[in-house]
Amino acid sequence: MAVTREAMLEQWERPSVWQRLTIRDALWVLLVVAGAGFAGWFYQAQMDRYEFAILAGTAVALIAWGLYWPPARLFTVAVTGLALLALWRYGSDYELRKSAFLLKYVLESQAAFMWMSVLYVLATVTYFVALFSRSDFVGRTATALTWCATAMGMTGLLVRWRESYLLGADIGHIPVSNLYEVFVLFALITALLYLFYEDRHRTRAMGGFALLAISGAVGFLLWYAFDRDAYHIQPLIPALQSYWMKIHVPANFIGYGAFSLAAMLGVAYLLRAGAEARRPDGVLARVLPPLELLDDVMYKAIALGFAAFTIATILGALWAAEAWGGYWSWDPKETWALIVWLNYAAWLHLRLTKGWRGTPMAWWAVIGLFVTLFAFLGVNMFLSGLHSYGSL
Amino acid sequence: MNDTAVSKPVRQRTLGWVLLEFLGSMNLAITLLVVVAIASVIGTVLQQNQPYPDYVLKFGPFWFEVFRKLGLYDVYGTVWFVAILGFLILSTSVCLYRQVPGMLRDMMHFRTQVQLHSLRAFHLRAEWRLPNRDADAVLADVTSLFRARGYRWRIADQGAGRIAAAMKGRFNRLGYLFTHAAVVIIGIGGLLDGNLWLKLKESTGEIVLETRDLPARDVPDQSRLAPGAVPSFRGNVMLPEGSAANFVFLRLRDGFLLQELPFAIELKDFQVAYYDTGQPKSFTSQVLIHDREQLGDQPLAATIRVNHPLIYRGYAIYQSDFGDGGSKLELRAWPLSSAKLEPVEAKGEVGGVLKVAEPGGELRLELDNFRLFNLLPEPDSQVGDRKFRNFGPSIGFKLRDAGGGAREYLNYMAPVQLEQRWFYISGMRARPGDPYSYLHIPADARSSPERFLRFNARLRDQSWLQDFLTRSAGPSVENPEFQRNLKLVRLNLVDLFMQGGFAAVTERAKSVVPADRLREATELYLNILRDTLAEIYVEILREEGSKVEEGVSPQEEAFFSDAIAALSALPVYGSPFYLQLTSFQQVEASGLQVTHSGGVTVVYTGFALLVMGIFIMFYTSHRRLWAWLAVEDGATRLLLAGAGNRRQTEFAREFAALRAALEQRFGLPVAAVASAEQSRNGGGEQNSTS
Repeated sequence: MAVTREAMLEQWERPSVWQRLTIRDALWVLLVVAGAGFAGWFYQAQMDRYEFAILAGTAVALIAWGLYWPPARLFTVAVTGLALLALWRYGSDYELRKSAFLLKYVLESQAAFMWMSVLYVLATVTYFVALFSRSDFVGRTATALTWCATAMGMTGLLVRWRESYLLGADIGHIPVSNLYEVFVLFALITALLYLFYEDRHRTRAMGGFALLAISGAVGFLLWYAFDRDAYHIQPLIPALQSYWMKIHVPANFIGYGAFSLAAMLGVAYLLRAGAEARRPDGVLARVLPPLELLDDVMYKAIALGFAAFTIATILGALWAAEAWGGYWSWDPKETWALIVWLNYAAWLHLRLTKGWRGTPMAWWAVIGLFVTLFAFLGVNMFLSGLHSYGSL
Repeated sequence: MNDTAVSKPVRQRTLGWVLLEFLGSMNLAITLLVVVAIASVIGTVLQQNQPYPDYVLKFGPFWFEVFRKLGLYDVYGTVWFVAILGFLILSTSVCLYRQVPGMLRDMMHFRTQVQLHSLRAFHLRAEWRLPNRDADAVLADVTSLFRARGYRWRIADQGAGRIAAAMKGRFNRLGYLFTHAAVVIIGIGGLLDGNLWLKLKESTGEIVLETRDLPARDVPDQSRLAPGAVPSFRGNVMLPEGSAANFVFLRLRDGFLLQELPFAIELKDFQVAYYDTGQPKSFTSQVLIHDREQLGDQPLAATIRVNHPLIYRGYAIYQSDFGDGGSKLELRAWPLSSAKLEPVEAKGEVGGVLKVAEPGGELRLELDNFRLFNLLPEPDSQVGDRKFRNFGPSIGFKLRDAGGGAREYLNYMAPVQLEQRWFYISGMRARPGDPYSYLHIPADARSSPERFLRFNARLRDQSWLQDFLTRSAGPSVENPEFQRNLKLVRLNLVDLFMQGGFAAVTERAKSVVPADRLREATELYLNILRDTLAEIYVEILREEGSKVEEGVSPQEEAFFSDAIAALSALPVYGSPFYLQLTSFQQVEASGLQVTHSGGVTVVYTGFALLVMGIFIMFYTSHRRLWAWLAVEDGATRLLLAGAGNRRQTEFAREFAALRAALEQRFGLPVAAVASAEQSRNGGGEQNSTS
């Protein structure tokens, strides 16, 4: 052979992770490390060792996220920029939210959430228009709207975090402490999951369905904010004063978001399957996303949701061991988390080992959403227990 | 698992084999998952471990008994529920037992035995005829590619050709092992921490549930558990400040057991801190641990807060509740339903009972609680204002009659300012859970309820009223008949008013006056009543020493209308006296939960395995590649085939890349992408695990 083994290896081998790193990747890593380092240095007086660990973990996760999925970088940078702008404008005067134009109409958390809400609803409509008009331009507009909505929502959460400290040093906490705040989180995470699958599968056909779930959440959010006057920042009750909240709640909402996404794809699947059965050449059968794609993404979303939900439930158990006297008390929230977990465990078993596909699994995913919804909302509304942090 | 039996040689199907087959079947596993989920719902819908009388009230005696037999008041501790869980653990264990050997084999074996026709049936495959290439060289190319991509391989002769069987990511199989082992481990750990041990000891008669309401020292030995008697427990104890306990109570069904601790916990101090908004900010207990064995005479001082338990000798001590530890109260009972002016002084303590002799029979005054602070929303604030005010100390008590019926009262110690006036406030409710209705007793110039109470007493004093009304009418000579009648009407109206408020007066009017003159007459009655009450009020002021001849001040006028509003509400207030808190000495109590968990390490190990297992299972893939080579008519025939058990899309992409690399190497046109794309969505996940 003419070539040496080494030369051949070079040609054969997929470059290692290090070799594949570009300048942009390196910049990303540096930026996150610098940002996290600055935050840790700047707020060191307020942080305990758990919070340093969480900060470091966040930085690692952010680096990995940006490397794995480049669009996350621009998003992170944009959100960080907006949030810092708001922080700078606020200074230390919470009352500026009523007078400063930029805060009052754009960056104050309440205003940012309103922008988010409007943009998500617009994006939902636009995705459906794109679906039926088959216009690429409209589709790209929908994606852009979704990104903007997500950025505004995330900015709102970060600004709200700061606002809670402006309200009183002892009141400050991460804004995932009540139903109002976690609904925003839910919308954001579901949108990011969707955007990821849109990017990876190079199709916008699923967008309208995914965004429907988000618009539903937005509708609830608006009702909750205006009818129930629930948007005020409240101090934390003693049971919630724990670093566990920072990781338990977001992990849970990755699960909820992924399950909701799967359910909406299940709806799309059922519509398409029904349309194909009745009128194979009808509009629906042509424009709705292909069944294989829906089936695949549905599985991926449920697998991801299951993994996240498992972690979240375990984190919840560890927290319960610190707050309630044991890792498991058969509290309604715990029990319903178990029910959700068992439900999707059964779903995954059917799919992975019995090889079930298609319509029954889509139905199950849709029903699964109701189980999840009950665990998320119904338990707080109808059942009493230790985990009653968000009531209607 | 569903198709493993097919390839096995025919053999006697023993009972054990059938049982194993049943327990390990996928259908049973899925059924169990769903059954556990459904059974779990019960305990969330029906509140668990409540006092039994609550259930009787809710369901009635018949259903109460049915539900009790089914164990619905403690579903998660019942034999049937634990049995289902045990069954799930057993089923999972059998799955593991039957699958693991095959999986380990699968991880080790390269599958060089796969036949050519099988490979040709693979979804991912490519086949080339390479005219001018030596088979050895091609094989070297292929294996070098395998190496470059991280695969390991074995080469074997197979009939006319040779096969290189490669694989990568075999640790994916551990995902199955980890997750399912985790379920078994968590299940076993959970059972260790459940109340299985108590049930066992109960069934052997070693311990007996105590259902009487006994102080700790009187609990008999048969209801006591020595330290270490059970590996896991969760118990509670309410400690008043300054007291200590070396035991906790384990509540079980309708009784309790006493779990002794190898140390004593003394509560030095308990504190509640509040935010400016009035919500509680922290609950903190300062405790001393006394443990002669480990600490000698030097007790261990520690602070326990919510989310910050104290772990001592494997026992975790939590802040879980708080209450009153028997605050000392000094009380003054002002008569409300008689003409007596003098109050009765009494002393009591929270948790205690005072007996009150009343004409209608003896009443039990149960002193339920004392609160030092009452941070409540500002009464006349707008929605969203979120202003709070401290209304000061309060006592909660019940008045229980001989029949057992009780009304609950909530009395604030200090007068409260509302709309520029001051009131003594007392809440009353006839049923627990109802909102309180409030009686507003106006405070007099000396910030005391005395003027109101004197007013009330005078209005109930028939002889005083007679006397006063005669005097106030003055010596009339013109129309003594009218005078007498007017006095009678006034007396009657006052009496009606004191018995049933303004409502009674209008009711009476309705019953005696014809409908067409009703409005007029009611107005007249009310005017007479108001004038009479006002005259009496002025007399009270005079008795107080006020110079009424110079006129009545606006404050005193306001007092009058507040007073008659309160008087009108008195009939529904229902208490024969107004209980004023005059002095107190607060004793707080902290509710501590003490737990010991023998299975916690086991369970946490299971948690770690579960998370690792899930990620390995979903995000790695056991990938296999086969290269089959043979020399045919002077050319080398190469068939490349691949299969992965997860992440089909990604594997199809990898396969296409491999294929392209080989084609480039062999100098063939690269046209692989289409077929890889084609196989992208068709490649179903295949797996033999359960």
